[in-house]
Amino acid sequence: MLGNLWDTFYNQFHRSFIVDDRWKYLTNGLLTTILITVMALAIGLLIGLAVAYVRVTYDNTGRLRFLNALARIYLTVIRGTPVMVQLMIIYFVIFASTGMPKLLAAVIAFGINSGAYVAEIFRGGIMSVGHGQTEAGRSLGLSYRQTMSRIVLPQAFKNSLPALGNEFIVLVKETSIAGVIAVVDLTRGANIIMSLTYNAFMPLTAVALVYLGVVMLLTYGLGKLERRLHRSDRR
Amino acid sequence: MIDVKGLRKSFGSLEVLCGIDEHIGQGEKVAVIGPSGSGKSTFLRCLNLLEHPTEGEIWFEGVQLTAKKTNVDRLRQKMGMVFQQFNLFPHLTVKKNITLAPVLLGLQPQADADDTAEKLLRRIGLLDKADEHPARLSGGQMQRVAIARALAMKPDVMLFDEPTSALDPEMVGEVLDLIKELAGEGMTMVMVTHEMGFAREVASRVAFMDEGLIVERNTPEELFANPQSKRLQEFLSKVL
Repeated sequence: MLGNLWDTFYNQFHRSFIVDDRWKYLTNGLLTTILITVMALAIGLLIGLAVAYVRVTYDNTGRLRFLNALARIYLTVIRGTPVMVQLMIIYFVIFASTGMPKLLAAVIAFGINSGAYVAEIFRGGIMSVGHGQTEAGRSLGLSYRQTMSRIVLPQAFKNSLPALGNEFIVLVKETSIAGVIAVVDLTRGANIIMSLTYNAFMPLTAVALVYLGVVMLLTYGLGKLERRLHRSDRR
Repeated sequence: MIDVKGLRKSFGSLEVLCGIDEHIGQGEKVAVIGPSGSGKSTFLRCLNLLEHPTEGEIWFEGVQLTAKKTNVDRLRQKMGMVFQQFNLFPHLTVKKNITLAPVLLGLQPQADADDTAEKLLRRIGLLDKADEHPARLSGGQMQRVAIARALAMKPDVMLFDEPTSALDPEMVGEVLDLIKELAGEGMTMVMVTHEMGFAREVASRVAFMDEGLIVERNTPEELFANPQSKRLQEFLSKVL
């Protein structure tokens, strides 16, 4: 009985991953997932920082009125529509005629999407830094920009880290919909194995475990970074 | 050195400063006293434009701070400010707190700024804390570092906004001693304070504010001994 079960398990495993080197769908898929996530994160951080800076500067000083209006439209549209729809619009509508690589479309779509959330995370982080810090900087003769870049933003970044880490984790898993524009990421890789073997259990379980492992690794790394950045707070 | 003409400041419909004229000369030590809500802090914060006056003019060393084209950042370099809550930069070491502005503003290369910082820290007895982060300091130590940070800019005037109000009682002395020392060296100062004894001892002039106006100004001896207005008499009877 138990031997039977083991045989079934082994056969399924063998067919799902060993035959024809099917495990490569998972490893290559994972690489693609990581690539999309990391690049999208980089784009998201840049956009997020810029948008948060514009929003906060407008709130504090009344400058950058036009950019602030643009930023608000961006936030409303991106946060108000599903990321899958955004991904399809970018690939099928905007880039359809240019013959741009699918992977690039995915990176841009996820980057633009993530930017909106990162912007609000940074804005919250900036607001969490007491106004006294800005006043101290300005009272020493530093300009608004110097005060922001050297005094407020480093502290804001540190305060934003838990929420940023969360966004990073969300992003890893969100990229699993890249398959809708036929990018072969981790999830899509599992899908392909499934369609080849008509077995759902093995590839899907494997994929879930890989995502879980990646997220756990990320959580561990972020925790370490956070502790390091908070060293100066300890008495 | 500082001239204030017809200064008014409103927050919304609330008028906090209702027309202040004041002249602060080189080397003067002006203590500003008064009940809470009288506008003392707002007045002080208007002097370096942390608050923008609704009306009136502020002149510093012959330049009108309140004029549109004035480079306020430049003038602020010469006006040190010390806050009630210290406002040290928690992400920087003590030494970096002191050297950040002089280096960033191109007044000193890092090495010279480090020298200056070390001299200042030795002077306030905190050289051994140079590489610590502010969170490891006591309140009194933080405020002394904040004063050193302001001094590193070699200011012409120091503005103190209730520098001891957030301190535990046993730490008030060390901060007041440092301020006294500065006063002894001829630094021009404007200080908002609740320490009447200190105002009496250090100030060359005391201004009493109430409801957005300077009601009375005099030498400390005269002001404390012979208060003229009823409001000052009441105030002194409560705090002394």
